[in-house]
Amino acid sequence: MEAHVVGNSLVAAIVALGFFAGRAAGRHRLWREALAEVWRRRWLSALVVALYLAIALLDSIAWIGGAARGEDVVAQSQARSVIDRVFAGSSEESYSAPLAESTFYEKHALADPSGHLLGTDILGRDVLYRTLKGVRVALLIGGFTSAIAIPLALLLGISAGYFGGRVDDLVFFVMSTLASIPSLLLLIAIVMALGRGTWQVCVALGVTSWVGLSRVSRGETLKLRELDYVQAARALGVSEWRILTRHILPNLFHLVIITFVLLFSGLVISETILSYLGIGVDGSWGQMIDQARNELAREPVIWWNIAAAGVALFSLLLAVNLLGDALRDVLDPRTARERE
Amino acid sequence: MLAYVTRRLAYGVAVVFGVLMVLFLLFFTIATPDDIARRALGEKARQSSIDQWKANHGYDRPLWPSLSERGLRDNLLVDHYQRMLTFDFGLSDVDGVPIGERLARGAPASLALMVPLFLLETTLAIAVGLFVAVFRSTYIDRAGVFACVLVMSLPILLQIIGAQYLIAKLLSWFPLSGFAFEPDVIARFLALPVLVGVVSGIGGEVRFLRTVFVEETSRDYVRTARAKGASEIRVMLRHVLRNSLIPVLTRVLLTIPFLFTGSLLLEAFFGIPGLGGITVDAINANDFATLRVMVFIGALAFVITQIITDVSYALVDPRVRLE
Repeated sequence: MEAHVVGNSLVAAIVALGFFAGRAAGRHRLWREALAEVWRRRWLSALVVALYLAIALLDSIAWIGGAARGEDVVAQSQARSVIDRVFAGSSEESYSAPLAESTFYEKHALADPSGHLLGTDILGRDVLYRTLKGVRVALLIGGFTSAIAIPLALLLGISAGYFGGRVDDLVFFVMSTLASIPSLLLLIAIVMALGRGTWQVCVALGVTSWVGLSRVSRGETLKLRELDYVQAARALGVSEWRILTRHILPNLFHLVIITFVLLFSGLVISETILSYLGIGVDGSWGQMIDQARNELAREPVIWWNIAAAGVALFSLLLAVNLLGDALRDVLDPRTARERE
Repeated sequence: MLAYVTRRLAYGVAVVFGVLMVLFLLFFTIATPDDIARRALGEKARQSSIDQWKANHGYDRPLWPSLSERGLRDNLLVDHYQRMLTFDFGLSDVDGVPIGERLARGAPASLALMVPLFLLETTLAIAVGLFVAVFRSTYIDRAGVFACVLVMSLPILLQIIGAQYLIAKLLSWFPLSGFAFEPDVIARFLALPVLVGVVSGIGGEVRFLRTVFVEETSRDYVRTARAKGASEIRVMLRHVLRNSLIPVLTRVLLTIPFLFTGSLLLEAFFGIPGLGGITVDAINANDFATLRVMVFIGALAFVITQIITDVSYALVDPRVRLE
């Protein structure tokens, strides 16, 4: 199947999932109140995250054909997203400052004078376009990694906590082994072993980040296992599988959400470090920053590349971190008690 | 007590063996010697030159042990364990420099950067954490926590680039990069990397410590101390800080392994010839032999720190021993 078809189906799946998750959360009083409280406290962060999400989705809906003016034949045969189409044919010769009318050094007239809100880079590509393309990459890193790390963490954490004994010993040993390797070094080692590329980076991030959630869910399962309602379910002859999925898993859900949101910014920051080391994900803000860092040494200085990527990265991380804090305060019973 | 220490040591040894297995799986089976040779020689290298490269770098043996007298001894798995555990790290894959020698040369520079960084960050984080905890649930507290989140949301890559540009290039307060072990210049070279390191790490640290201190201030003995008329400063320093020492020390000790591995980005950007810089060079040059050793050293430092932490807990707190 072609890449853009997969992308489009994913967009549909994510939108549908978001819709049903929202409906399900709306039905439960607990979740409804928690979300209302988070919105009351951090509506701005929520809006920023929603904006980034919308950009990423727009950049994932792609189709072939329908060329705009000034496009070449090659572009017409490729699948291009909504964002690609908006910025179609916006290439210049070289650097130009934000909203400039000529290139930065040689002062040649631009093809699109005053048309580049954030200027163009060394190859004449629109910086706003590249920055917006980075949104999808960042969310993809976070999302794809979580899709690897969260199921793994839950599977191992819950089985260690619930079954105990040998299973617990084994899982605990694997966790302490992986946790003993400084995470940046382990991350680098895995990417180097797997080779450079997007999925390799996500797998490496997944392997390095599942231990935290696994540890938490193991501890929580140990606690839940002894609670009366679980004991009652067991006495009634409910199967192990049903106890796990019906009584244990839903009670870990708030931990998953908190960990995921707080993990996200760490993943994106790790990717910038990998990009600097030359083993990052193509098209990420980390790569933009890495490519732009020498431009600050030029005279006159080229600042808009690094500024655009930096501000985009910083606002996303800040919004996610603030949102994560609010979610933790609201959803975690321990901090919720402290608040009262 | 002796039984506890023995058990803890045995588990530590098991974890080190586990770490070595992870490294073997990554650098010998997922990236096979053929892959490593191909990355060094280029994708189009002939099989004969790949075999030659493997023979030169000691990769021309079977991966796993087999059931014969020679097969049990002469394979890469046993060789890997033997070398790492005896600290006989062999030669670099790229330039043939002995890795042990390179580590010995890099360690002083890394320590020169990381020790001041560690001490400054820890004291500053504890001071700020206590300060914010004194003013808990006021605007000072909220501003402090927000400042921490701001710093945590700024990737260290941007912080380094920003600091180099602003402080070193525009203001020229400090040199842009460089290093020398001479008493009158070393401080000038280290000032900026230490500053950036402290700023980038302190956000998370202060937030963690604040939570610990705030939780501790809600205890009964703190109320008693206040009721007896102890000043807020005395309560904080004599009572709260002392009683939160265990979580604080655990957290602080966790950063000790990085004294040995150095900081990749700080050393690379500021031209400090330490272990972090060596790691970065190894990544850029596809030097798997050196990279393996660096990961192992980092993990070993971590395991040893953990054992020391746990044993000192057991010394202080008898409950731990009985678990």
